[in-house]
Amino acid sequence: MGERKSMAIIASKGTLDWAYPPFILASTAAAMDMDVKIFFTFYGLPLLKKKIKAKVSPAGNPAMPMKMPFGPKAFQGFNWPIPNMVSNNVPGFETVATSLMKKTFKNKGVATVTELRDMCEQLGVEMIGCQMTMDVFGFERDEFIDGVNIGGAATFLEFAADADIQLFI
Amino acid sequence: MVKKMKEHNDELDCSGMNCPLPILKTKMKIDTMDNGDVLRVIATDPGACNDMPAWTSRVGHELVESCEEGDKFVFYIRKGE
Repeated sequence: MGERKSMAIIASKGTLDWAYPPFILASTAAAMDMDVKIFFTFYGLPLLKKKIKAKVSPAGNPAMPMKMPFGPKAFQGFNWPIPNMVSNNVPGFETVATSLMKKTFKNKGVATVTELRDMCEQLGVEMIGCQMTMDVFGFERDEFIDGVNIGGAATFLEFAADADIQLFI
Repeated sequence: MVKKMKEHNDELDCSGMNCPLPILKTKMKIDTMDNGDVLRVIATDPGACNDMPAWTSRVGHELVESCEEGDKFVFYIRKGE
Protein backbone atom coordinates (compact mmCIF):
# COMPACT_ATOMS: atom_id res chain seq x y z
CA MET A 1 0.00 0.00 0.00
CA GLY A 2 1.58 3.24 -1.16
CA GLU A 3 1.14 6.78 0.07
CA ARG A 4 -2.00 8.62 -0.92
CA LYS A 5 -1.78 9.92 -4.50
CA SER A 6 -3.70 12.54 -6.41
CA MET A 7 -4.74 13.10 -10.02
CA ALA A 8 -5.70 16.24 -11.92
CA ILE A 9 -7.55 15.92 -15.24
CA ILE A 10 -8.58 18.51 -17.80
CA ALA A 11 -11.61 17.29 -19.77
CA SER A 12 -11.76 19.40 -22.92
CA LYS A 13 -13.72 17.27 -25.38
CA GLY A 14 -17.42 16.64 -25.59
CA THR A 15 -17.98 13.75 -27.97
CA LEU A 16 -19.18 10.42 -26.58
CA ASP A 17 -15.89 8.61 -27.24
CA TRP A 18 -13.87 11.36 -25.52
CA ALA A 19 -16.34 11.62 -22.63
CA TYR A 20 -15.34 8.16 -21.39
CA PRO A 21 -11.62 8.51 -20.51
CA PRO A 22 -11.97 11.29 -17.89
CA PHE A 23 -14.81 9.54 -16.06
CA ILE A 24 -13.23 6.04 -16.29
CA LEU A 25 -9.87 7.23 -15.00
CA ALA A 26 -11.34 9.52 -12.34
CA SER A 27 -13.70 6.92 -10.90
CA THR A 28 -11.00 4.22 -10.90
CA ALA A 29 -8.43 6.55 -9.33
CA ALA A 30 -10.91 7.47 -6.62
CA ALA A 31 -11.54 3.76 -6.04
CA MET A 32 -7.75 3.44 -5.64
CA ASP A 33 -7.91 6.00 -2.82
CA MET A 34 -6.57 8.88 -4.88
CA ASP A 35 -7.78 12.47 -4.55
CA VAL A 36 -9.17 13.42 -7.95
CA LYS A 37 -10.29 16.66 -9.52
CA ILE A 38 -11.52 17.12 -13.08
CA PHE A 39 -11.57 20.54 -14.71
CA PHE A 40 -14.22 20.69 -17.46
CA THR A 41 -13.47 23.29 -20.09
CA PHE A 42 -14.52 24.21 -23.63
CA TYR A 43 -16.36 21.27 -25.28
CA GLY A 44 -15.88 19.17 -22.16
CA LEU A 45 -18.04 21.49 -20.06
CA PRO A 46 -21.43 20.17 -21.31
CA LEU A 47 -20.49 16.81 -19.71
CA LEU A 48 -21.52 18.45 -16.44
CA LYS A 49 -25.04 19.17 -17.66
CA LYS A 50 -27.82 17.26 -15.90
CA LYS A 51 -28.49 15.27 -19.06
CA ILE A 52 -25.43 14.24 -21.08
CA LYS A 53 -26.15 14.49 -24.80
CA ALA A 54 -22.69 13.54 -26.10
CA LYS A 55 -22.58 12.04 -29.59
CA VAL A 56 -19.95 10.30 -31.66
CA SER A 57 -18.53 12.45 -34.42
CA PRO A 58 -16.66 11.27 -37.51
CA ALA A 59 -14.91 14.65 -37.68
CA GLY A 60 -11.32 14.20 -36.57
CA ASN A 61 -11.71 10.42 -36.52
CA PRO A 62 -10.82 9.53 -40.11
CA ALA A 63 -10.01 5.91 -39.18
CA MET A 64 -13.14 5.41 -37.08
CA PRO A 65 -14.40 1.86 -37.56
CA MET A 66 -18.09 1.08 -37.40
CA LYS A 67 -19.29 -1.97 -35.50
CA MET A 68 -22.68 -3.55 -35.85
CA PRO A 69 -24.14 -4.41 -32.45
CA PHE A 70 -26.35 -7.21 -33.80
CA GLY A 71 -26.13 -10.30 -35.99
CA PRO A 72 -23.65 -13.21 -35.98
CA LYS A 73 -20.32 -12.80 -34.17
CA ALA A 74 -18.25 -12.47 -37.37
CA PHE A 75 -20.64 -9.78 -38.59
CA GLN A 76 -20.34 -7.90 -35.29
CA GLY A 77 -16.55 -8.25 -35.32
CA PHE A 78 -16.16 -6.73 -38.76
CA ASN A 79 -14.88 -3.17 -38.98
CA TRP A 80 -17.07 -1.45 -41.53
CA PRO A 81 -14.99 0.99 -43.52
CA ILE A 82 -17.06 4.14 -43.89
CA PRO A 83 -15.75 6.50 -46.56
CA ASN A 84 -15.28 10.06 -45.27
CA MET A 85 -17.52 11.12 -48.11
CA VAL A 86 -20.36 9.27 -46.38
CA SER A 87 -19.54 9.89 -42.72
CA ASN A 88 -18.99 13.61 -43.15
CA ASN A 89 -21.78 14.44 -45.53
CA VAL A 90 -24.74 12.15 -44.98
CA PRO A 91 -27.32 13.86 -42.72
CA GLY A 92 -28.06 11.85 -39.59
CA PHE A 93 -24.80 9.90 -39.71
CA GLU A 94 -23.81 11.07 -36.23
CA THR A 95 -27.12 9.96 -34.77
CA VAL A 96 -26.81 6.51 -36.35
CA ALA A 97 -23.15 6.13 -35.35
CA THR A 98 -23.98 7.23 -31.80
CA SER A 99 -26.80 4.75 -31.37
CA LEU A 100 -24.69 1.91 -32.80
CA MET A 101 -21.81 2.74 -30.45
CA LYS A 102 -24.10 3.00 -27.42
CA LYS A 103 -25.63 -0.37 -28.28
CA THR A 104 -22.20 -1.96 -28.74
CA PHE A 105 -21.05 -0.56 -25.38
CA LYS A 106 -24.15 -1.94 -23.69
CA ASN A 107 -23.64 -5.37 -25.28
CA LYS A 108 -20.08 -5.42 -23.98
CA GLY A 109 -21.08 -4.50 -20.42
CA VAL A 110 -19.59 -1.01 -20.57
CA ALA A 111 -21.22 1.52 -18.25
CA THR A 112 -22.86 4.61 -19.71
CA VAL A 113 -21.09 7.95 -19.32
CA THR A 114 -23.84 9.05 -16.93
CA GLU A 115 -23.35 5.95 -14.76
CA LEU A 116 -19.61 6.59 -14.59
CA ARG A 117 -20.21 10.23 -13.69
CA ASP A 118 -22.60 9.14 -10.91
CA MET A 119 -19.90 6.85 -9.54
CA CYS A 120 -17.35 9.65 -9.68
CA GLU A 121 -19.71 11.68 -7.50
CA GLN A 122 -20.23 8.79 -5.07
CA LEU A 123 -16.48 8.20 -4.82
CA GLY A 124 -15.75 11.84 -4.04
CA VAL A 125 -14.29 13.07 -7.33
CA GLU A 126 -14.40 16.87 -7.40
CA MET A 127 -15.71 18.32 -10.65
CA ILE A 128 -14.91 21.89 -11.57
CA GLY A 129 -16.66 23.82 -14.33
CA CYS A 130 -14.75 26.48 -16.24
CA GLN A 131 -16.21 29.94 -15.58
CA MET A 132 -14.84 31.39 -18.81
CA THR A 133 -16.42 28.63 -20.92
CA MET A 134 -19.74 29.21 -19.15
CA ASP A 135 -19.58 32.87 -20.12
CA VAL A 136 -18.58 32.13 -23.73
CA PHE A 137 -21.18 29.42 -24.35
CA GLY A 138 -23.86 31.02 -22.18
CA PHE A 139 -24.31 28.24 -19.61
CA GLU A 140 -25.90 28.86 -16.21
CA ARG A 141 -24.87 27.17 -12.96
CA ASP A 142 -28.26 25.53 -12.52
CA GLU A 143 -27.88 23.62 -15.82
CA PHE A 144 -25.17 21.53 -14.17
CA ILE A 145 -25.43 18.67 -11.70
CA ASP A 146 -25.27 19.52 -7.99
CA GLY A 147 -21.87 19.56 -6.38
CA VAL A 148 -20.04 21.13 -9.30
CA ASN A 149 -17.64 23.88 -8.30
CA ILE A 150 -16.99 26.75 -10.67
CA GLY A 151 -13.48 28.07 -11.14
CA GLY A 152 -10.76 29.13 -13.50
CA ALA A 153 -7.25 28.16 -14.55
CA ALA A 154 -5.74 29.07 -11.19
CA THR A 155 -8.24 26.87 -9.34
CA PHE A 156 -7.11 23.89 -11.41
CA LEU A 157 -3.40 24.69 -11.31
CA GLU A 158 -3.36 25.13 -7.55
CA PHE A 159 -4.39 21.47 -7.23
CA ALA A 160 -2.48 20.20 -10.28
CA ALA A 161 0.80 21.66 -9.00
CA ASP A 162 0.94 19.02 -6.29
CA ALA A 163 -0.86 16.22 -8.14
CA ASP A 164 1.03 13.01 -8.92
CA ILE A 165 -0.78 12.53 -12.22
CA GLN A 166 -1.87 15.30 -14.58
CA LEU A 167 -3.78 14.53 -17.74
CA PHE A 168 -5.13 16.66 -20.55
CA ILE A 169 -7.95 14.87 -22.33
CA MET B 1 -15.56 -31.13 -10.86
CA VAL B 2 -16.78 -28.96 -8.06
CA LYS B 3 -13.99 -27.23 -6.22
CA LYS B 4 -14.35 -26.58 -2.55
CA MET B 5 -15.06 -22.91 -2.12
CA LYS B 6 -12.85 -20.93 0.20
CA GLU B 7 -14.50 -19.32 3.16
CA HIS B 8 -15.80 -15.87 2.55
CA ASN B 9 -18.13 -13.40 4.27
CA ASP B 10 -19.79 -11.93 1.22
CA GLU B 11 -19.98 -12.30 -2.53
CA LEU B 12 -20.22 -9.98 -5.52
CA ASP B 13 -21.05 -11.08 -9.06
CA CYS B 14 -19.59 -8.79 -11.72
CA SER B 15 -20.31 -11.15 -14.61
CA GLY B 16 -20.83 -9.31 -17.89
CA MET B 17 -19.39 -6.04 -16.58
CA ASN B 18 -16.55 -4.36 -18.41
CA CYS B 19 -13.71 -2.10 -17.23
CA PRO B 20 -13.77 -0.29 -14.85
CA LEU B 21 -17.06 -1.56 -13.36
CA PRO B 22 -15.70 -4.71 -11.60
CA ILE B 23 -13.19 -2.58 -9.67
CA LEU B 24 -15.72 0.17 -8.85
CA LYS B 25 -18.38 -2.31 -7.69
CA THR B 26 -15.81 -4.25 -5.65
CA LYS B 27 -14.61 -1.05 -4.00
CA MET B 28 -18.15 -0.01 -3.10
CA LYS B 29 -18.99 -3.46 -1.77
CA ILE B 30 -15.87 -3.90 0.35
CA ASP B 31 -16.41 -0.45 1.90
CA THR B 32 -19.53 -1.87 3.55
CA MET B 33 -17.63 -4.80 5.10
CA ASP B 34 -15.47 -5.11 8.24
CA ASN B 35 -11.68 -5.24 8.28
CA GLY B 36 -10.45 -8.82 7.89
CA ASP B 37 -13.62 -9.95 6.09
CA VAL B 38 -13.18 -11.84 2.83
CA LEU B 39 -15.13 -10.89 -0.30
CA ARG B 40 -15.56 -13.34 -3.15
CA VAL B 41 -15.75 -11.55 -6.52
CA ILE B 42 -16.80 -13.23 -9.74
CA ALA B 43 -15.93 -11.54 -13.05
CA THR B 44 -15.91 -12.34 -16.75
CA ASP B 45 -13.74 -9.41 -17.86
CA PRO B 46 -10.23 -10.78 -18.57
CA GLY B 47 -8.85 -7.32 -17.79
CA ALA B 48 -9.87 -7.87 -14.16
CA CYS B 49 -7.03 -10.43 -13.81
CA ASN B 50 -4.49 -7.62 -13.90
CA ASP B 51 -6.71 -4.87 -12.52
CA MET B 52 -7.72 -6.65 -9.32
CA PRO B 53 -4.15 -7.18 -7.97
CA ALA B 54 -3.22 -3.63 -9.05
CA TRP B 55 -6.18 -2.26 -7.12
CA THR B 56 -5.73 -4.40 -3.98
CA SER B 57 -2.02 -3.59 -3.67
CA ARG B 58 -2.70 0.13 -4.07
CA VAL B 59 -5.46 0.33 -1.47
CA GLY B 60 -4.06 -2.16 1.02
CA HIS B 61 -6.42 -5.10 0.70
CA GLU B 62 -5.07 -8.64 0.36
CA LEU B 63 -5.76 -10.69 -2.75
CA VAL B 64 -5.89 -14.04 -0.99
CA GLU B 65 -6.48 -16.10 -4.09
CA SER B 66 -7.51 -15.76 -7.70
CA CYS B 67 -8.54 -18.60 -9.94
CA GLU B 68 -10.49 -19.49 -13.05
CA GLU B 69 -13.71 -21.42 -12.76
CA GLY B 70 -14.91 -22.35 -16.22
CA ASP B 71 -15.25 -19.10 -18.14
CA LYS B 72 -15.25 -17.00 -14.97
CA PHE B 73 -12.52 -15.39 -12.91
CA VAL B 74 -12.87 -15.62 -9.14
CA PHE B 75 -11.04 -13.43 -6.62
CA TYR B 76 -10.91 -13.71 -2.84
CA ILE B 77 -10.08 -10.36 -1.27
CA ARG B 78 -9.45 -9.78 2.44
CA LYS B 79 -10.26 -6.26 3.52
CA GLY B 80 -7.25 -4.41 4.90
CA GLU B 81 -7.07 -1.61 7.47
